[in-house]
Amino acid sequence: MKPEKIMVRLALVLLVGATALAGAASAQAATQSEFEAAYRAATEAEQKASALRNQWTPTEAALEAAAKAAAAKDYGTAMDLARRAEALAEASVEQAKEQDKLWQNAVLK
Amino acid sequence: MKVAIATIGRRAAACLVLLLALVLPPASAEQRIDPAADQRAFQAYFRQAFPSVALNDFANGPYAVDKDMRKQWEEIMQFPPYDFALEDGKKLFETPFKNGKTYADCFPQKGIGIRQNYPYFDRQTGEVVTLDLAINRCREQNGETPLPYQVGDMAAIDAYMASTSRGKPFAIALPADPRAFAAYEKGKKFFYERRGQLNFSCASCHVQAAGKRLRGDILAPALGILASFPIYRSDWGSMGTVDRRFISCNDQVRSVAFKPEDELYRDLEYFLSYMSNGVAIAGPGTRP
Ligand code: HEC
Repeated sequence: MKPEKIMVRLALVLLVGATALAGAASAQAATQSEFEAAYRAATEAEQKASALRNQWTPTEAALEAAAKAAAAKDYGTAMDLARRAEALAEASVEQAKEQDKLWQNAVLK
Repeated sequence: MKVAIATIGRRAAACLVLLLALVLPPASAEQRIDPAADQRAFQAYFRQAFPSVALNDFANGPYAVDKDMRKQWEEIMQFPPYDFALEDGKKLFETPFKNGKTYADCFPQKGIGIRQNYPYFDRQTGEVVTLDLAINRCREQNGETPLPYQVGDMAAIDAYMASTSRGKPFAIALPADPRAFAAYEKGKKFFYERRGQLNFSCASCHVQAAGKRLRGDILAPALGILASFPIYRSDWGSMGTVDRRFISCNDQVRSVAFKPEDELYRDLEYFLSYMSNGVAIAGPGTRP
């Protein structure tokens, strides 16, 4: 398998994994500190996407919604959203890294 | 004397080639930056995909490639909806700043008939300068506040300046300067790389799907895609600049858009305009 393909598969596996984790965590109603850790991780991933100049709007929306839910002390929802934001941010970072080479294949020749 | 100058010229050229070789990524055959070849391939692709469309007609975007839309357009053009902006723009362009100077003082040929040369690569600052950026720099040099980029007065001034350049083919220069080539290459990458959660590139829509329908729209071919700017879009209910269009196209694929006149947008505009060299300016334009 080409390295790009492996990376795509890996990203997908991570995405599915993160979503499953998010579901499990929210079932036991997350605490504030758990939320804060998840939110920090999501923000850090989104900063990586920003440095690569490749942020996605749904990531930003999920981060914003997470902060809102946390402000309303709904840490379960906030945790889900933060995890979702992190998975999205990771996927956008992956996209930027892949496209850094793959774009060449699309050039009209 | 003549001989001496010629020798210096040749030496300078040799140095430049050497410099390019050092600065540019190691040249595997595919990676070498050859904008002239890119341009030929780009134009050939669209000429082949739309054999009945004349080169200058590509400026008309969706109307060039769809017969039904073309009819609607011919009706609209009896009273072009950009006429108000055009009148406003002329007034704004001619009204002196507080210091008594005008826009004409900032531009070659007093700003008349020059739209086809923008964006250009400024060798002093090492960056791409679009017409809109030049308009705001002119204002700032004369003690005025810069205009917002996407709509309003900026679009109106663009409309007037474009109207004085109608019929003049895009003539974007690529100076033999490694920084200009780097800017070009960044714009080219932006055009072809997939972005956003929907994983589309500009090319996905404006090359591969050009002429096809996306929801209510016919997708404009990328050749000549900026030649009618600024445009009045019925969908917007107002005029919009190139920045406005780039931002909304990024947003459509769920990619966080950049600020107007971001370096990436300027490089993208440079690339797209260079690809369209030879297509005559037709702005301001009108769109569904
Ligand atoms: C999901 C498809 C899609 C993608 C991806 C996309 N656009 Fe567009 N674009 C549209 C649609 C729809 C319109 C409006 C209809 C038309 O004129 O093509 C449009 C219009 C435009 C126009 C105005 C064309 C005209 O004649 O009025 C420009 C310029 C443009 N896009 C540039 C870009 C650039 C640059 C990118 C990449 C950053 C891009 N687009 C990515 C869908 C897309």
